[in-house]
Amino acid sequence: MEKSKYDFWVGLFIIGGFLALAFLALQVGDLNSERTRATYNVEARFENIGGLKFKAPVKSAGVLVGRVTDIRFDNQKFQAVATLALDAGYKFPKDTSASILTSGLLGEVYVGLDAGGDDKMLGAGDKITLTQSAVVLERLIGQMMFSKASEGAGDKDKK
Amino acid sequence: MIEAVSLLGRRAIAAFVRAGRRARFLAQVLMHTGASLKRPRLTLREIYFSGVMSLVIIMVSGMFVGMVLGLQGFETLQKYGAQEQMGVLAALSLVRELGPVVSALLFASRAGSAITAEIGLMKTTEQLKAMDMMAIDPIARVVAPRFWAGVISMPLLAALFSAAGIFGAFVVAKILIGIDGGVFWGNMQAAVDVRYDVLNGVVKSVVFGVAIATIATFEGFDADPTAEGVSAATTRTVVTSALSVLALDLVLTGFMLRTPH
Repeated sequence: MEKSKYDFWVGLFIIGGFLALAFLALQVGDLNSERTRATYNVEARFENIGGLKFKAPVKSAGVLVGRVTDIRFDNQKFQAVATLALDAGYKFPKDTSASILTSGLLGEVYVGLDAGGDDKMLGAGDKITLTQSAVVLERLIGQMMFSKASEGAGDKDKK
Repeated sequence: MIEAVSLLGRRAIAAFVRAGRRARFLAQVLMHTGASLKRPRLTLREIYFSGVMSLVIIMVSGMFVGMVLGLQGFETLQKYGAQEQMGVLAALSLVRELGPVVSALLFASRAGSAITAEIGLMKTTEQLKAMDMMAIDPIARVVAPRFWAGVISMPLLAALFSAAGIFGAFVVAKILIGIDGGVFWGNMQAAVDVRYDVLNGVVKSVVFGVAIATIATFEGFDADPTAEGVSAATTRTVVTSALSVLALDLVLTGFMLRTPH
């Protein structure tokens, strides 16, 4: 093959382009920690998931241990079913409880896991039975107003 | 009144005929790809002229766009006390939109216009006819290498644009504003998805590359063989490429931005 002065620069350009793509994938998109880690799925049923979204983090003791990979509605039991993909490196006891929490008042919604004391560990496809639903702010305010109102009514009766 | 309606009709028919000819031209180029791939050196030379020579404008513009994004983003995010999210804002807007679109617009005006002018002038000086006389297919010899050079260069240039832009945003965040580097990269990595953001950006830039390369080579090949003809064809390349890139971007974004649920 004959040589030309363009070869070097075109080669450099292509290497640079692929380096930029690698930079976007690894440094910006963080490919190595998202995709290559092995995970196992567990299911958790909630009465109400509030603002929980696909890909929301799953944390235990504040540390990221997995992500929400699927949210379904069970039409038989009228419950929400969330599938949690947990990092294979972390094992949790069978009686671990899951609750839906919010970081701060306006922060992101995540699933918090509180480890129980069982000897057996959760495996792939297992279900978390102890769950606590999301706190819906509107209902909380409604309850408070209702209890205040009934308190007021009780006071009147005494008088 | 009747005159106005028939003028509209004539314009519409002409536009359709042109679109059809462009599609046939693209098919012809693709059919002659095999012949031009036997001589990869031709394509390599065109990658040098349209890709490597566009590097400076792409990298410098990317850097500036990233820095401006950083400053403007900080201004608004600060109001909500979310200035740590600046990296996310810069990275997502660059990787998803600005990288592919702005580098495509720059590429169309920097390289697309040059391709049209070159092919148009070849036609004007009857070089294309001379090739035909020597039984060399001008589409295989002249058009296909330039087409593939555009398609190959475009995604690489878009990636370099985004990378330079994110670096520019990082420089602004770190030096001018004083956001911690770890927070900047950490939030960015948590928010940017390789499949939904980075890969979709690459898909966009490949589509834009095909569109610009087709328009630039077609307009050159189709130019009136006069000085005015070549100048009008070059103008048409830049205008049509810019409009097609922006329209295609809307369509592609519509398909891509579907959340998984």
